[in-house]
Amino acid sequence: MASVEIRNLRKHFGDLHAVDGVDLSIRDGEFLVLLGSSGSGKTTLLRMIAGLERPTSGEIDIGGERVDGDVPPRARGIAMVFQSYALYPHRTVFQNIAFPLEAVRTPRERIEEKVRWAAEMFSISRYLDRYPRQLSGGERQRVALCRALVRDPKVFLLDEPLANLDAKLRNTARDDLKRLQRRIQTTTVYVTHDQVEAMGLGDRIVVMERGKVRQVGTPQDVYEDPVDTFVATFVGQPPMNLLDLRDPSLPPGTLLGFRPEHFLPRGGFGPGEDIRSFRFSVRRVEYLGSDRYVYGSVSESGAPDATVIAKLPGTVALAIPEGEIHEFAVPRRALRYFDAATGLRRRL
Amino acid sequence: MMRRRTLADREEVLGGAMLAPALAYVILLVGVPFVLAIVLSFSNATAGSLRFGWAGLRNYAAILADPIFLRALRNSAVVTVGSQVLVVILATAAAQVFRATFRGKRLARFVLLLPWAVPVSLAAIAWTWIFDSTFSVINWTLKAAGLLHGWLYWLGEPALALVAIIIVQAWRILPFATVIVLAGLSSIPQEIVEAAIVDGAGFWRRLFQVELPLLLPVVTVAVLFGVVYTATDLGVVYILTGGGPANTTHVLPTLAFQRGILGADLGQGAAIAVFLLPFLIVVAVAMLRLARRAEVGAR
Repeated sequence: MASVEIRNLRKHFGDLHAVDGVDLSIRDGEFLVLLGSSGSGKTTLLRMIAGLERPTSGEIDIGGERVDGDVPPRARGIAMVFQSYALYPHRTVFQNIAFPLEAVRTPRERIEEKVRWAAEMFSISRYLDRYPRQLSGGERQRVALCRALVRDPKVFLLDEPLANLDAKLRNTARDDLKRLQRRIQTTTVYVTHDQVEAMGLGDRIVVMERGKVRQVGTPQDVYEDPVDTFVATFVGQPPMNLLDLRDPSLPPGTLLGFRPEHFLPRGGFGPGEDIRSFRFSVRRVEYLGSDRYVYGSVSESGAPDATVIAKLPGTVALAIPEGEIHEFAVPRRALRYFDAATGLRRRL
Repeated sequence: MMRRRTLADREEVLGGAMLAPALAYVILLVGVPFVLAIVLSFSNATAGSLRFGWAGLRNYAAILADPIFLRALRNSAVVTVGSQVLVVILATAAAQVFRATFRGKRLARFVLLLPWAVPVSLAAIAWTWIFDSTFSVINWTLKAAGLLHGWLYWLGEPALALVAIIIVQAWRILPFATVIVLAGLSSIPQEIVEAAIVDGAGFWRRLFQVELPLLLPVVTVAVLFGVVYTATDLGVVYILTGGGPANTTHVLPTLAFQRGILGADLGQGAAIAVFLLPFLIVVAVAMLRLARRAEVGAR
């Protein structure tokens, strides 16, 4: 159990500022997700917490203890799961899980006991005598989690642990992971580029871009109240629509943003609802089973060709012919405003 | 556009054509001498005449009763095993050093690789000076450092001479082995090493429980090559000691050369050389099995 405090942390690789002044407070027992595309600095940040990378400047406290200097990874009370799982190929599953315990000279019986307990928890007891190469991706991933768990770490560090699983397995693995974390209540820092994972797992999400933190907040905060256009378009699939309407009722240089699922046929709204209507010229309709994505443009927009996407739930049966103009609308409470020049959110 | 089928289109012919030179090389320069050696070992042929008579097992009986041969057989084993043990330890250490980044690494690597490029005979001549009874740089260095009080007659005492041979053989193989181990080290995924660090393993635990086991297949390859180079080498022993003092440091190739060519007894020389076969068969089988394992990806 421990909180993690990060103050003005930087890591420079020559001219590249991989992590560029990050402040972060990770609460005790929290599941925190670092979300960003590749090169955003999320993995470097994680590796600095682990002690695998030395900060250029800044401070890291784990459980109230300063660790950024010469404290080696083994003394930080952390456990890490790597993207490739990094299992020892020449050791059996049992020996893999036992390795961190052997490193701290745990008595034999205690090792035996802990390995069996952890293996039980992840239902991999059957595989204890096998080698990693004889396991499937999902099983390997669970072995890696087991190996991290037996150390009783104060902080779990997970570097894209689900990235190498196929889509179907990823859902169950995500659920397993979240349940595990709820049960053991260990502070967890989880790195991913997958926003669905981030939304599903995180108590809070840290959105990173080019070494800087853009936004920290609950999944709802980040999704519904993005602080800038980067977060607005990075989180959510398809991304938030951003329109430059040149609307005289808005201050100049204002972008109007709304989520595709709020952009619906006009007829679906009740008469009393406060909405904003658009003439939506539909280019193409994509049928995806549970949803329909409607691609088109809005003639009021300053850039009339800019693609606007509507996401209609499968329950909306209305026919939407391609190549025609339809009346669409967005509820006003779902509209967000951004500064066109800086990208920052504007409260109007 | 060529419309006719060329040689390159006809895989069944092309394969054979491209294989032929290598096959000819192996048959003419390895296969024929090998069969000839076995045939000669059962004959009483000599270097001075074209007479060729069947001698049955007499050559073998003669050498097996000969203490010099038994000594050479033992020396071959001692030199091969001794030099390879030394090489494995030094190559692993050197590879660890060369994995790190430091100033002058390129120069150091060049110097390390140098022995590989030096002809064996030239190197052996240089080593005879290093081990010289009067001018030995090793002795003088030890003496100057206050570590040596008597005097070491490197090539004059049988045991020391064998040590000298082992040192030179190890020196000769080391660059090759280091390069192989270095390649092996860099093929260990960085994440596995980092996982071991995070798991709390210190340097030695990491070395012995993670890196060395993962290096084992690669080190085996280096050792197998080393065994072949060392067991079949004539030059080092021939130049360094000439099998002396008093025939105590012969290895199989030098003794075979002495008996078969210098002593003109082709039959007995061949019989001695044939005793290299068990060594090399073991190595060949091990190599083939290792190569197969690498192919089917069992590891």
